[in-house]
Amino acid sequence: MMPLAFLGLFFAYPVATLVGRGFVTDGALDLGGFAEVLGAPRTWRVVWHTLSQAALGTVIAVVLGVPGAYVLYRRTFPGRRVVRALVAVPFVLPSVVVGVAFRALLAPSGPLGFLGLDRTFPAIVAALVFFNYGLVVRMVGTVWERLDPRTEQAARALGASPLRAALTVTLPALVPAIASAAALVFLFCATAFALVLVLGGSRYATVEVEIWLQTTQFLDLRTASVLSVVQLVVVGLALVVSGRARRGRERALALVESSRATAPLRLVRRDGQAASPLDVGAAAVTAAVVALVALPLATMLVRSLRHDGAWTLRHYANLATTGDRALTVSVWEATANSLRIAVDATVIAVVIGMTLALVLSRRPASRTGRRALGALDAVVMLPLGVSAVTVGFGFLIALDRPPLDLRSSLVLVPIAQAMVAIPLVVRAVLPVLRAIDPRLRQAAATLGAGAGRVLLTVDGPLVLRSLGLAVGFAFAVSLGEFGATSFLSRPDRPTLPVVIFRLLGRPGDGNYGMALAASVVLAVMVGAVMTTAERLRPLGSGEV
Amino acid sequence: MTHPTARARRRTARSAALAATGALAALALAGCSLGGGPAPSPSASDQNASETSDDGATSAPASSITLVTHDSFALSEDVLAAFTDETGIAVTQVAPGDAGALVNQLVLTKSSPLGDVVYGIDNTFASRAIDEGVLAPYTSPGLPASAEPYLLGDALTPVDLSDVCLNVDLAWFEENGQEPPASFDDLVQPEYAGLTVVTNPATSSPGLAFLLATISAQGEDGWVGYWEQLRDNDVLVVDGWSDAYYVDFSGAEGEGDRPIVLSYASSPPASVGDDGVPTTAALLDTCFRQVEYAGVLEGAANPEGAQAFVDFLLSPEVQADVPGQMYVYPIDSSVALPDDWAEFAPLATAPHEVPADEIAANRSDWIDTWTAAVLP
Repeated sequence: MMPLAFLGLFFAYPVATLVGRGFVTDGALDLGGFAEVLGAPRTWRVVWHTLSQAALGTVIAVVLGVPGAYVLYRRTFPGRRVVRALVAVPFVLPSVVVGVAFRALLAPSGPLGFLGLDRTFPAIVAALVFFNYGLVVRMVGTVWERLDPRTEQAARALGASPLRAALTVTLPALVPAIASAAALVFLFCATAFALVLVLGGSRYATVEVEIWLQTTQFLDLRTASVLSVVQLVVVGLALVVSGRARRGRERALALVESSRATAPLRLVRRDGQAASPLDVGAAAVTAAVVALVALPLATMLVRSLRHDGAWTLRHYANLATTGDRALTVSVWEATANSLRIAVDATVIAVVIGMTLALVLSRRPASRTGRRALGALDAVVMLPLGVSAVTVGFGFLIALDRPPLDLRSSLVLVPIAQAMVAIPLVVRAVLPVLRAIDPRLRQAAATLGAGAGRVLLTVDGPLVLRSLGLAVGFAFAVSLGEFGATSFLSRPDRPTLPVVIFRLLGRPGDGNYGMALAASVVLAVMVGAVMTTAERLRPLGSGEV
Repeated sequence: MTHPTARARRRTARSAALAATGALAALALAGCSLGGGPAPSPSASDQNASETSDDGATSAPASSITLVTHDSFALSEDVLAAFTDETGIAVTQVAPGDAGALVNQLVLTKSSPLGDVVYGIDNTFASRAIDEGVLAPYTSPGLPASAEPYLLGDALTPVDLSDVCLNVDLAWFEENGQEPPASFDDLVQPEYAGLTVVTNPATSSPGLAFLLATISAQGEDGWVGYWEQLRDNDVLVVDGWSDAYYVDFSGAEGEGDRPIVLSYASSPPASVGDDGVPTTAALLDTCFRQVEYAGVLEGAANPEGAQAFVDFLLSPEVQADVPGQMYVYPIDSSVALPDDWAEFAPLATAPHEVPADEIAANRSDWIDTWTAAVLP
């Protein structure tokens, strides 16, 4: 119950309060806004943009991400760890920075200007894929690397071609993980904000952009509330679709220690073993995608090292300063703030997320029980699907009276960040938990283990193993979160993405270079966190 | 598995899990105060408090106020600490977003104010704040004469100003043997086709300022036609200032191909080269003046403290601090500007103006009309 109370208090209540305001005129319920807003062609245009961008971004990220998961998690090769870290980085970079880095490439004067993609729909979709590719790779990869290879080997022994074995044996086993990842990516794409504005402009405005405009610029809560409901419906439908795809496919999987399931990448004939066409194909796709992911990152890195046409480290040296009339604290102080907040947010997100995942992994015997769990499963995801503006404004107008006047308090920032991280934690852990054969628990119970002991000895080790992934995600999300944080952080305690945003917003000698240098620092921290978190798996927890 | 004992067992398992969660949550809260700095006491801006105790000068501040401001607010630490030292009032800052978000949140939280004093309401949002009754009347005794032209009603105190103007890349024009433009009318001439980048008034505050400048210059009836000419002359509209300045602008640190950009009168000093002369310049005939205000919030818990803070914002110390901290000009014209600003960043002598109440009344209509006329 506690996690639900937390979600209710810090998510549902503030959002409902703000949305509710839009439906009340002079103290009376007024739903006239629906007819008005839904009758406007502009509304349908933004809904269409939201859906098309998000759907296309999701499909491409998944299609490219699955081969990536295979290469980076099922196969071993030198430098694998570095590539894994690299693809995880974009996910948490502030979208303003990524937007500017992308545009620097695509603008008519940029190196890729000849493509004519500047400020077009494909540019937005490409950026969405850039952001979310790593998410798909990681979420699918961490299940795949523990999938028992013997099932597929059996299919091969019975005469199936490698491709056929992959499509009929392996892929179905991965469907729950893929559907989980796709749902997350869709929510991230559907609520993208700065990226859409920077890369496409208002022509491609999404529901999220409209809600921001109506709430922060025009104070038209009537319209904003209707749009929030529209956004909830879109997100809700996406969750239902993803839930359908998972249902029935989610079954116990034979999981093994990852070292036993992975094999070296076979690209050339060696030691008498032929090159595997599957490996070659997947590796080619992945290499191409990784190169594309690396390009904007490299642009960022190069520009952070240049000033007045020469190579220099001065932007990095400047991180100890407050820039040219730009900041209240140095970038390093902001980094320290970010790290502290991220620790708090991670603890909250992991505790609440893990508990929710444990509850969600149960298979109730009754129909009502299953229904309730299905609903809970969707509710847990909603914080990702609701506009950061709505959450930010909702916090301030709902949590405004003692004992809950938290508006000037420092705890709101980690709480808001945890809200965004919880869905990721749940989605990261759940496929692993659901893959536990219930017979294991029953067998343990039959052998006389008490309920607590079953939890400790059967679920426990598995949960711990996915803990690394969950901690990594939560920490990284917290480090990179900007939307809700920008409404709640205190000016004297800014986080790293907030100072990057500010540096980018001020003219001034070297502020731009400093913003890029700070982004590189953020990228390196995230890469390091993700790599460390992956190793956070207790050794010798044995085969399951 | 519907065997009663099994079910009971499962329930115990779940309560065990919950108990464990509770324990972890307690740890989390402990971690919070450990990691996130001191527990949220609304009374003191902890940095200042600690500094005061370092000096060993004063003990705990006598009272406190909460300052509600936008996300660009900044003052030097010692300047802010001096306020607490002198008045015994501790300051907690909250910044709920940009200038627009700030005003809208004040309106939404009217019945339970976010704090005692607000800083950062600009002249494009001022009327909304006044009309919604967010502010309590207060006129500071420290109001300088140079601030009087900017007064709006009896509740907002002007604190600083800035001019949003087109900037040109002088180096580009020299290399290409062309005269830079000087006025709005020049921009629609064929020789300047495809050279200008501005920002969207719907999503960017300088963009709105520039739209207002054109409305003021071309008149209620002429501005739409003017923008259509700009559009036909291939003006580029992007959505944020940093995007325009760093990606599309050719001057300063930009690497783009457009030598005319929407920025501020204070931008040129940032482009000073090795020879000590800026490579960019502001077109002072194209400026719109943005004024930022402070005010006491209606229903403030500590109105006297709030008034003291408004007075403080007008003090010579703060006025001299704002260019360096917030990139704006002091409202008090008797306060000296930083050297490079005094030399290379003059303010417009006759900026374009639109009355605050007209902006409030027409804001969304103007933006809609603009969007329909300019964006494809």
